[in-house]
Amino acid sequence: MFIVKYIKDVFSGIKSLLVGMRRTGYYFTHHKEIITEQYPDNRDTLVMADRFKGEVVLLHDENNEHACTGCTACELACPNATIKIVTKFDITPEGKKKKALDKFVYHLELCTMCNLCIIACPTDAIKMAQTFEHSVYDRAELTKILNKPDSKIREGVE
Amino acid sequence: MWSLTNISTGIHDWLIQTFNPTWALIIEMVIAGIAVIGLFAVLGLVLVLMERRVAAWMQIRLGPNRVGPFGLLQSAADTVKLLVKEGMTPDGADKFLFNLAPFIAMMVAMLLMVPIAFAKDFQLWDLNIGVLYVSAVSSIMVISILMAGWASNNKYSLMGAMRSGAQIVSYELSAGLSILTIVVLTGSLNINDIIIAQADGWWIFKGHIPVIISFVIFIIAVTAETNRAPFDLAEAESELTSGFHTEYSGMKFALFFLAEYINVFIVCAIGATLFLGGWMPFHIGNWESFNHVMDYIPSSIWFFGKTFFLIFVIMWFRWTFPRLRIDQLLNLEWRYLLPISMFNLLLATAIAILGWHF
Repeated sequence: MFIVKYIKDVFSGIKSLLVGMRRTGYYFTHHKEIITEQYPDNRDTLVMADRFKGEVVLLHDENNEHACTGCTACELACPNATIKIVTKFDITPEGKKKKALDKFVYHLELCTMCNLCIIACPTDAIKMAQTFEHSVYDRAELTKILNKPDSKIREGVE
Repeated sequence: MWSLTNISTGIHDWLIQTFNPTWALIIEMVIAGIAVIGLFAVLGLVLVLMERRVAAWMQIRLGPNRVGPFGLLQSAADTVKLLVKEGMTPDGADKFLFNLAPFIAMMVAMLLMVPIAFAKDFQLWDLNIGVLYVSAVSSIMVISILMAGWASNNKYSLMGAMRSGAQIVSYELSAGLSILTIVVLTGSLNINDIIIAQADGWWIFKGHIPVIISFVIFIIAVTAETNRAPFDLAEAESELTSGFHTEYSGMKFALFFLAEYINVFIVCAIGATLFLGGWMPFHIGNWESFNHVMDYIPSSIWFFGKTFFLIFVIMWFRWTFPRLRIDQLLNLEWRYLLPISMFNLLLATAIAILGWHF
């Protein structure tokens, strides 16, 4: 019936509004829930969310070895040419030539933090770091070479 | 005991002794004008800060907390910024109307201060048709908004102003009808009579069901009349880039901004007067000793406490509900609020005639 539906509408409307007001009222009275980070003040204790993506890094272990085979999968996956892999040929002990990483060039100024290169990497050599203080005075400083000098590929990574 | 009444009578007596009655009256008017402007300035600063703090806490943020202790000087700093900014008038605008509109908005806000009783016997003008005066004058506000929107010569401003016109004209009906509920129960349009009638309990308790319904309708309608979210279609930052005051800058914008907050204060003061007893302390029927204890709290504190409670409720609405679409807005008024408030007025009249209220 029309009038029953009308009255039901009014009460369900009021009820749903009160549910919303209860939520905001809860936040208003519970200041512990506040999620604002007062950044420069709490720089030392700042905790970033897991999903935050700051920049691409190439992981090195204590022997200065990384897991990058120079396969260029990340370069192909990148939608805006942020990554440029320069390869070279190493001579293996058996005397064979083997493709290896020479320079991992990363243009931070072009990167959109889309995470596609990390997904594409077959050996999990790269990952997203949580740093975010990337400001520099010269744009050229944003073009980084991610592999450390004299680093080489870890044994057994193909 | 300290009270605003003693101060005002003291000043009045001194002026009567020192000057002749005409000059005393003129000086009193000037003092009243300055007091109102001072109240506006203080209210603007306090309410803007309060709004930002309430908004922040409801959205799990901190809000302004850097300027001065606890951010208390934030709104003062904003005011200084607005004062030194250039108040531009666009080339294609109707210059006269464009510059007039913010002043009309302020003038309406000032006129509405007249019948409000801030404390016991502390009122600018004890008007015998105070409630009618308020509902009549408050509708001039729409003229300033329409004027600003039209004179800006900007399609968004005009659209915002038109929406505001439709909105204020519709919601005035249900606001008026819910005010009428109280007028019916009291039998007077005088604000002081309405407050005195609540000496043995506020109307919201004495008048039970019909008054509670009309209180809810009143709060919804005045939220719409003051153009605040969820009824802020006239501004609608996200679609109309703040509507009728898009083209305003500097102090002219600040006047619109201030007028919005002053209007919120005024409608909340009216709501507190009609439903929550104005300056009347919390009294329960014939409990003489309890009523006496309540009387020790000054009446101005009761008035401002109730008013700020209602302001908080309206801010709570603003930061909880999403904005309505124009058709939803008009549906809400014409299909729900107006029939309900008409029926409610009938109910209140029956209760007043049969004496079924406390």
